[in-house]
Amino acid sequence: MRKLGLDIGSTTIKYVVLDDDNQIIASNYKRHYSHVKDNMLAILYDIRDKKLLEEPFTFALSGSAGMGFANGCKFPFIQEVYATMCAANILIPGTDCIIELGGEDAKILFLTNGVEVRMNGSCAGGTGAFIDQMATLLDVKIEDMNGLAEKSERLYNIASRCGVFAKTDIQPLLNQNVSKNDIAASIFKAVVNQTIGGLAQGRDIEGQVAYLGGPLSFMPELRKSFDESLHIQGICPENSLYFVAFGAAMCATDTITLDKAIDVIEHYETSGEYAHIEPLFKDQKELDEFRERHHKDYVETLPLEDYHGPLYMGVDSGSTTLKVVLIDQDLNIRYSSYFTNKGNPVQIFKNILDDLYEKYPNINIACACSTGYGEDLIKNVFTLDGGLVETMAHFRAAKHFRKDVDFIIDIGGQDIKCFKVENGVIASIFLNEACSSGCGSFLQTFANALGYDIEEFSKIGLFAKKPVDLGSRCTVFMNSSVKQAQKDGATIEDISAGLSISVVKNALYKVIRASTVESLGQHVVVQGGTFYNEAVLRAFERELNLDVVCPNIAGLMGAYGAALYAKSLGIEKSTIITKEELQDFHHEVTYTKCGLCPNHCNLSINSFGKGGRRYISGNQCERPITGGSHGDDKLNIYEYVRSKLASYKPIEGPRGHIAIPMVLNNYELFPFWHTFFTSLGFTVVNSGESSHKLYTSGQHTIPSDTVCYPAKLVHGHIEKLLSEGEKVIFYPCMTYNIDEHKGDNHYNCPIVAYYPENAINNIRALQNVTFISDFLNLADHERFEEHIYKVLKKHWPDIKNSEVKRACEKAYQEYDNYLLDLHNKGQEIIKQAREEGKEIIVLAGRPYHVDKEVNHGIDKLISSFDVAIVNEESMAYTERKFGVNVLNQWTYHSRLYAAAKHIIKEKDMNLIQLVSFGCGLDAITSDETKAILEKNGKIYTQIKIDEITNLGSVRIRLRSLFEALKQEREGLKDE
Amino acid sequence: MSEIDDDDIIIKSDYPKFTSDMRKDHTILIPSMLDIHFAIVENALQSCGYKVEVLTNKGPAVVNEGLKYVHNDTCYPALLVIGQFIDALKHRDDTHNVVLLITQTGGGCRASNYIHLLRKALVKAGFEYVPVMSLNASNLEKDSGLHFTLPLIMQVFGSLVYGDLIMYLRNKTRSYEVHKGETQALVDTWVTKLRAQFDQKHGGRWKDLKKNCKEICQDFEKIELDKSTIKPKVGVVGEIYIKYAALGNNDLEEFLVGEGAEVMVPGLLGFINYCCYNGVYDHQIYGGKRIAALVNRFVIWYISRREKLMIKDIKKYTSITPMNLFKETKDKNQGVLDKGTKMGEGWLLTAEMVELVEMGYKNIVCAQPFGCLPNHICGKGVMKKIKADHPEANIVAIDYDPSATRVNQENRIKLMLSVAREHLDDKFSI
Repeated sequence: MRKLGLDIGSTTIKYVVLDDDNQIIASNYKRHYSHVKDNMLAILYDIRDKKLLEEPFTFALSGSAGMGFANGCKFPFIQEVYATMCAANILIPGTDCIIELGGEDAKILFLTNGVEVRMNGSCAGGTGAFIDQMATLLDVKIEDMNGLAEKSERLYNIASRCGVFAKTDIQPLLNQNVSKNDIAASIFKAVVNQTIGGLAQGRDIEGQVAYLGGPLSFMPELRKSFDESLHIQGICPENSLYFVAFGAAMCATDTITLDKAIDVIEHYETSGEYAHIEPLFKDQKELDEFRERHHKDYVETLPLEDYHGPLYMGVDSGSTTLKVVLIDQDLNIRYSSYFTNKGNPVQIFKNILDDLYEKYPNINIACACSTGYGEDLIKNVFTLDGGLVETMAHFRAAKHFRKDVDFIIDIGGQDIKCFKVENGVIASIFLNEACSSGCGSFLQTFANALGYDIEEFSKIGLFAKKPVDLGSRCTVFMNSSVKQAQKDGATIEDISAGLSISVVKNALYKVIRASTVESLGQHVVVQGGTFYNEAVLRAFERELNLDVVCPNIAGLMGAYGAALYAKSLGIEKSTIITKEELQDFHHEVTYTKCGLCPNHCNLSINSFGKGGRRYISGNQCERPITGGSHGDDKLNIYEYVRSKLASYKPIEGPRGHIAIPMVLNNYELFPFWHTFFTSLGFTVVNSGESSHKLYTSGQHTIPSDTVCYPAKLVHGHIEKLLSEGEKVIFYPCMTYNIDEHKGDNHYNCPIVAYYPENAINNIRALQNVTFISDFLNLADHERFEEHIYKVLKKHWPDIKNSEVKRACEKAYQEYDNYLLDLHNKGQEIIKQAREEGKEIIVLAGRPYHVDKEVNHGIDKLISSFDVAIVNEESMAYTERKFGVNVLNQWTYHSRLYAAAKHIIKEKDMNLIQLVSFGCGLDAITSDETKAILEKNGKIYTQIKIDEITNLGSVRIRLRSLFEALKQEREGLKDE
Repeated sequence: MSEIDDDDIIIKSDYPKFTSDMRKDHTILIPSMLDIHFAIVENALQSCGYKVEVLTNKGPAVVNEGLKYVHNDTCYPALLVIGQFIDALKHRDDTHNVVLLITQTGGGCRASNYIHLLRKALVKAGFEYVPVMSLNASNLEKDSGLHFTLPLIMQVFGSLVYGDLIMYLRNKTRSYEVHKGETQALVDTWVTKLRAQFDQKHGGRWKDLKKNCKEICQDFEKIELDKSTIKPKVGVVGEIYIKYAALGNNDLEEFLVGEGAEVMVPGLLGFINYCCYNGVYDHQIYGGKRIAALVNRFVIWYISRREKLMIKDIKKYTSITPMNLFKETKDKNQGVLDKGTKMGEGWLLTAEMVELVEMGYKNIVCAQPFGCLPNHICGKGVMKKIKADHPEANIVAIDYDPSATRVNQENRIKLMLSVAREHLDDKFSI
């Protein structure tokens, strides 16, 4: 009997027909654009017409999107990974491991030594959809990615955790004119890292490895990238696309005839039951009223031909677009243009200028300023008169429309920026750092996936009867929510409206985390291209229950703000590149690695114009530009802590080496352990500073992909110590930390407390060395003495109680000295900063956030703004316990609250909190810290850090913060 | 403990308290978690003079209220519990006469902070006048008006014993019942019966326990079972709320049963035992107070007496394999995770997984909120080791959060079940 296997994936339907000998006699695939029913029918008609099946036949469905359909039709369903396994056992026996990437899913199957399957659960990084998205970003066809990667010369670090982070990494590379070849290859590497890091979860990928699924079938370079990282030679078997369908066919037991199957599908009606919300507009009348109201907020656009006065230019070089406006003295727009930057803003802007000079030879540009991601690049290359941080540009523009604006939200292609204005100063800023599902590109991606262009797509939702309630959060989840809604009978109209509403919810509840309308403000200005979408604008007003201002130039507000700024500078003749200079203009980019410090930034050197002018980008600090040293390290306590910790050098001792991984709880306690073990006659070595390379070396043993980055680094540190031949590794579990009497308890967070358990359970090689991970409690001196004595006695029977006692005393003493020293250093920095009139930033985080790889050099970045940096340890030192609105039970966090409390009295001090992505505790602590600061009129700034290496958005935040502080100061002076 | 610095700049709101005199006219609202247990607890508490109501509201409104009033990165259980409270308050007229009950484990996990998140949420939602009381064994929030009198403890523990017993027997029988719905009907009958007993202030006494447990076992034994098909046996473990609450785990138990599996969910007494043992270990490992250790030992003894009763009756009156005494369960984590790991579900989670595998529940769903901190260590972190020790173990970790869709989760569970069906037991046993 013949067999039919159907694989309904997230984007395609594939089928195979097998004959009696299980040979494939027909196979094909079809993109389904979420129209599963119609496409299933099309396939079955085709099979019938071509007479591929003798009836009756056995059949089964499979695939990630097939389950609901199979349930609805009461067709047999085979779980798709299971189907792959069955197929592999028959088609490629002897395979140890399968790596399969699909449209929205990624899987690793271990077939030998205990079958195991790993699928991507909560993260879509590293799937076909991710590569698709990245191709769109690069403005190349997905088919061209492989060819580009083939020609690559160098790789860049691209965060692999999530498409959003990858985008933030790629965008600057594009802005820096890094070649698409290199970016394509780097994207493949990110996919590889994501798959290995996220899915291997502690299991080695070795032996005979097979690659399956669309992306791996069509992109040999991607396979090569896997081969290189895994040090293997994987195969891509014949029919690698059809394993799931083949497996489904092999597992099929139910028989059916084609006519019967077609009949069932034709009568398959979806239930119509899905969560839905009120329609956006009841009728045309509502829409008309809405349009009329918004028509009031506009800037006049007048022709440029009949104007000869001075013009002020604003350029907004955003992440994906480039916008230019010219305004006249009455602030009317005389010219505007809007282009996607195609990854090369320099070329786009040059074309615009060419065009302007060509059409208006007598143009009189008085002043030109740039803003946005590419602010520096454009300003330098084309010698503009000035630049300003994008948040300030938007604020200026918003004020033009609403003088008393107190809340601005800008939703662009990939980013959301919101700021609250209090007393005319930007008081807080929210940027979407973790999620892109509230942005324009999100809608665009969906529209394209469903076969529409974005404008048409958003229009069809306006009168949807039952908009789908999609909630908020990640695009991936949104994909499956959409799938589910479609299965339940939602129309394209309902989905379109639902997506628009979800964009708004995401911005409000995910980015701003607003709970009440009043908390935002009464005078809200919305901007950004996404608000041209009437569905989004309506949903936004609906959600806020407030009429907002949406200017007719919503998409140009950044550029308009920059132009207003240009006008305010009072310059009469702009330095912008002239027509003549532009004719000789050429632009070249070369790439090099900076060698001035161990960061080894990938630098892009833009050479242009006459006289070999250069602009360097990709740098994380100013050194390659100035050639000199990093800012003022003397006023940066992070630098001091690092050098202080490094000063605890190994001292040769008779008892041999004891190695300490410099991670989590060990980080700050290193002075303690160093003194303790040195006193006992051990040579104390540590694993040193982290690096991205160190991280990747331990990546394959990480059991949980959503844990914070500092914890993930533990694996690399231990691998390093093992590779250096260390035989004794000391990394204790510590439920409790030192009790500093600042809170109700003195816990460590669960990760800091117990991560040694994860090390021993997942790093196999630790079994070959002595790994001391006993549960110690340093808060109780006496008990600790007894306990550590027992622990050490197990390994070194000759150790004496008296020695341990003495070592303990010294260790506690040294630890106290260390903290006191930090405190004194903090005081010294503050004193000097005040003498020099510098702002002081308390850069708060965990002690291990001092590590350069964990904080990505943010301390140096801050210090380059010519401010002094102290940490919360040094500020909290003198604070005593006080009441907060949460359970204050973690030692490190108690310091945070104390530091926040300490600075509210200090005019020249502000706090920036570093938060690791995935830190569950900081969801609580950051809200409380914010409350403490804001109740007392301070600005709270939070920076989320993860694997990301791009500091671009951090820089924007910091610039906005310092700008806001400056405004505040100047505002105070005015009074 | 050092003295509190009374600086006036610091915000410390005066939240309303639940005082003893409110007992008469205030209704205590309890979030839902376990259908059987909590239904009985409701009447058990009423028998001690409290007005109590276990919430039953569910659906998207609960999640939406949670999203609105709780930091979205906070764990899902907090979001749901708080969302359920606020949704309930918004639909009541007597909000000035209710008090909210929330548990606090007092451990190093952020769960100990739920109460503060709830208070913040109440303020934001305009219910700042509603008092919140904490149910904890760690001496936190000392001023709440719940008095642990002996009758109260007896009645509550009594209802938990019934809950655990009925849940256990339901799980053992319902996948095999010949007459669809028979098991649930019996469960309903017993819940009604027990609630009535508690209304009469009975049920918690030792002689009531003896009589009821015996009769429950006898009744369940009467359910006719189909022993011809062998079904995959699936254990459910995880973060306590997500593990138990259908609201949190998208009706996980129902789904598994619907897919033709036998399901086992370890009882609630195990978790209470775990908390008590931590009190004992605290004394041994961290130098905790001796008196606390003694009290905990007493509670452990008190519970074990009831566990033994259940086990004896199951053995005597049914053909079902009884559960293990917690005393045995508690050491199953040895060689995998140290007892010192006590935050969240800590070593209990590991011990339960090993125990389930050894009891024949080789297939396990480990359910947790997305980004659950302790479960990085004691759930996901130990799976490799457990599988190495027990190659037959088939474990899948499922994360739950407001946007993780059912389809995704069910797909992963189905995969686990496919592998499970390849390794079915040779013969029928329950």
